[in-house]
Amino acid sequence: MRIKEHPILEFKRTRLVPFTFNGKTLYGYEGEPIIAALHDNGIRVLRASLKLNRPRGLFCAIGHCASCFMVVNGKPNTRVCIEPLREGDIVETQHGKGEFK
Amino acid sequence: MIEKTELLVIGGGPAGLTAALHAGRYGTKTVIVDDAIRPGGQLIKQTHKFFGSRMEYAGTRGFQIAKLLLKELEKLNNVKIYDQTTATGYYEDGVLTCLKGERYFKIKPERVIVATGAFEKTIPFVGNDLPGVYGAGAVQTIMNLYGVVPAKRVLMVGAGNIGLIISYQLLQTGVEVAAIVEGMDKIGGYQVHASKVRRMGIPILTKHTIVEAVGEREVEGAIISKIDENWHPIPGTEKKLDVDTICLAVGLSPTIDILRQAGAKIAYIPELGGDVAIRDEFMETTAKGIYVAGDAAGVEEASSAIIEGAIAGISAAKSLGKSIPDFEKQIAKLREELNNLRAGPFGEKIKLGLKKLKELNQQSK
Repeated sequence: MRIKEHPILEFKRTRLVPFTFNGKTLYGYEGEPIIAALHDNGIRVLRASLKLNRPRGLFCAIGHCASCFMVVNGKPNTRVCIEPLREGDIVETQHGKGEFK
Repeated sequence: MIEKTELLVIGGGPAGLTAALHAGRYGTKTVIVDDAIRPGGQLIKQTHKFFGSRMEYAGTRGFQIAKLLLKELEKLNNVKIYDQTTATGYYEDGVLTCLKGERYFKIKPERVIVATGAFEKTIPFVGNDLPGVYGAGAVQTIMNLYGVVPAKRVLMVGAGNIGLIISYQLLQTGVEVAAIVEGMDKIGGYQVHASKVRRMGIPILTKHTIVEAVGEREVEGAIISKIDENWHPIPGTEKKLDVDTICLAVGLSPTIDILRQAGAKIAYIPELGGDVAIRDEFMETTAKGIYVAGDAAGVEEASSAIIEGAIAGISAAKSLGKSIPDFEKQIAKLREELNNLRAGPFGEKIKLGLKKLKELNQQSK
């Protein structure tokens, strides 16, 4: 969900751009981290863990913990918490270590 | 090609930016690398007003402090910021490798200031890896920087300042906070923050912890329990809370990977958040020419990170041969400021940790 009104902060929204998540077209603001756009669309499960295939989501949001690795434009292990969203990005759930496409 | 610079500052948060500013003022050729989408570290998501004195921008909100620091840095032609850039390694010939998008490059600085901050700790409980279990700071980041809240109803674990402040900020955006649980028998954070959330009707349950995150694919609830004096859950006191998000505010650990690689001596000092680099009062580690500042030097507050950054910055500049006529006076003033910040009962833990650190530093000589 997007915050519409905030007592202190003003959110300067950029341009709304399309991207895909597992083939489905969604929208987010250009330049915000991919995770912000995914969370706005209610998506919290980002990848499946290496050994036990357990669902994983965002944890640290500062690029340190590896919990948010996804395949972005064919590149696995992309930290979507600090990767800016670009128009037409292809974002996919990562399974295990992922594979370069 | 290897880029050469006098000073490399790793991390563009309160400590790193202040360090660059203080070194840069004396003409030090400086590069700052920062891995976030935009620099400013954790300041840029902090909406609360700072305490302390004018030196640490008291009365100003965190995100405004970041703006002020970046504006000051813009005036210095000898300081460059590489944003969205991760420092990936330190090599024995003193070369650091960096990654910006697809571009991999090397920097060889004469001095390094490591201001890499800290990262959130976690605690063991069933389901603690489920999506919907966040470091509290992560929720604060996407909420305050990007205006997105991933939650409707939250359980906050930890009643230190971070837990209290973020609970209040969640409430400001219309998210419900079911409860704040705290393992200790008292609230760890400042009274002023605790009172704010209490006035909003949020229960702060001391001597309580989380025992399970409920849910298959995502968090759908949380089970909390009372704990005994040995921190063991007391059977029969469990309670299920209807929440979709669990925020962990259970402390931070310094980020010291680069310092380890540089061969700095490391010691475990729990009062400072865990493993920290041994360093002297100029913030120089046992690895010559490598300085540390801010949470990476010991988890504290942004206010003290600013002062430590200043000390590291002018000390590095001085060691590079820059002329700083009132060096001793500046350092003395900065140290006094740090002492003031650590004066209250909340500073006791930090002071104990620093005492241990000082002893270790003397032994290492």
